[in-house]
Amino acid sequence: MESEILISVQQLSRFYGQQKAIENVSFDVHRGEILGFLGPNGAGKSTTMQIICGVLAANHGSVTIAGYDIHETPRLAKKHIGFLPEQPPLYNDLTVNEYLNYAAKLRGINKDGLTEAINLSKERCGLENVGSRLIENLSKGYKQRVGIAQAIIHSPSVIILDEPTSGLDPIQIREIRELMRELSSDHSVILSTHILSEIQSLCDRVLIINQGHIVLDQSLDQLENSSDKPDSIEIGLRNPPALESLLGIEGVASVESINDDTLRINFSPESNMIAAIVEKAVSDNWGLFKLNPGDTSLEATFMRLTHGDNEQLEKDESAA
Amino acid sequence: MINNISLIAANELRRLFKSPLAWVILAVVQFLIAIFFYLLLSQYMQPSAAASGLTDVVVSGMYQISGVVMLLVSPLLTMRLITEERRLGTIKLLISSPISITELVLGKYVGITIFYCLMLFMISLMPASLMIGTQLDLGQIASALIGVLLLMSAFASIGLFISSLTSSPAIAAISTFGVLFLLWIINIAGTNASEGMAEVFAYMSLLKHYSSLLTGVFNSTDVLFYIIVSVFFIILSIWRLDAERTYG
Repeated sequence: MESEILISVQQLSRFYGQQKAIENVSFDVHRGEILGFLGPNGAGKSTTMQIICGVLAANHGSVTIAGYDIHETPRLAKKHIGFLPEQPPLYNDLTVNEYLNYAAKLRGINKDGLTEAINLSKERCGLENVGSRLIENLSKGYKQRVGIAQAIIHSPSVIILDEPTSGLDPIQIREIRELMRELSSDHSVILSTHILSEIQSLCDRVLIINQGHIVLDQSLDQLENSSDKPDSIEIGLRNPPALESLLGIEGVASVESINDDTLRINFSPESNMIAAIVEKAVSDNWGLFKLNPGDTSLEATFMRLTHGDNEQLEKDESAA
Repeated sequence: MINNISLIAANELRRLFKSPLAWVILAVVQFLIAIFFYLLLSQYMQPSAAASGLTDVVVSGMYQISGVVMLLVSPLLTMRLITEERRLGTIKLLISSPISITELVLGKYVGITIFYCLMLFMISLMPASLMIGTQLDLGQIASALIGVLLLMSAFASIGLFISSLTSSPAIAAISTFGVLFLLWIINIAGTNASEGMAEVFAYMSLLKHYSSLLTGVFNSTDVLFYIIVSVFFIILSIWRLDAERTYG
């Protein structure tokens, strides 16, 4: 990509006492790119994000935001950052308007642009009707939106969101995704999440971090195409045939039964296997009632790369 | 720089007055000091006390008591300064914003000091009411006012530093109270020590420098003492928050 690099992270390391949080983390984010940050709990996602925003200092390495070093010229660099931490940083005793007003002034918006900036960010996050309510009385989803509103209020070139969709209902999640797509046209967005499908539907690039190291840094297109595992589907059959007869279908690599009437079939992606299975299921009266795509290649990759920590992974909704 | 400091100070004040705490403290302090003011006034009205001046007995006496009352309530006002930002996570909003930690700490300090000035103004209305009927020694009152103000700003900076050490307001409050009380009575602790040490202890006492200002003696070392204490603890707070990014 030839577009301008907005975030440049070079060989970042950070220790909490003796414990290593991240080590030698390097990556770049270009203008207009959405970077998905993925990793099991405690992998160092939040630490990395906080270092990029200057909330934590790194022990080694450097971070450059829009050409300004966060350590050498923090004031200039931070003007370009909008940050939503894991816990939205809200004053419960202020109203939404008062809070956004304060956040906007903190970010250096002058008096002339203030009302406009507040209204725009309220509109973008769907907060028009709650402006005069106390933050304390808002539901969790609305609090999360106020948190996002404060992060984008000054139209920063770099937007960093730590689990932005936690606590939101599906409609709100869709709205927030729309918003991020809109924002990404001329900003860079880094977002961390547990939800793999969110990365797939939203991000251009995915970064998987495990135990403080980057284990994968690939564009999503690349990842989808380069999967080395055969794809799989889950089928539900009321009258399942013997496994051998399934293996006879062209393209089927292996079959395992999950329970009495559900089977997982691994197959090579080039073949026309699904159509063949469905045809056979109808003609032989297997009682087909369910056909789901199995692990997506992102999920499979994630599991493989973070093996051993997968009990902490929240189950991906896309598998359902 | 000034903009950011006043922004943080204004937000601090706004949020103080949003909670009932500030109002209750203002009311309780006013009530307690009014009682002492009344007692001092009736004491002055006794024939035996007529030898000394009204300003000496009533006004200085009242500011003396104010110092003690402030010592008791100040930890409650300073306990949430940094601890609450930490608890709410808003410290991350502040630190990821283009403001420096120095501005943040100074803003907090200015905010709480303005609140103290307001409290002092409310208290001072009582002796001011005496001016309707009699003459007061305005010079001595000015000196006493400066004394109380300096004392309170020292309380504020010590409280600010201690609240930057923890994320629990209760721990900040009780530790601040302990430190303030110790610095208040340290001259008593020193009375049994050797002569040289006793003098050092007495010099460190917040009380000693305060009482000479109350009697109208404006000694620049006393003023300097409070300014140095305030600056010292403000710098410590800045260092502390700065270090937190590296080691926290």
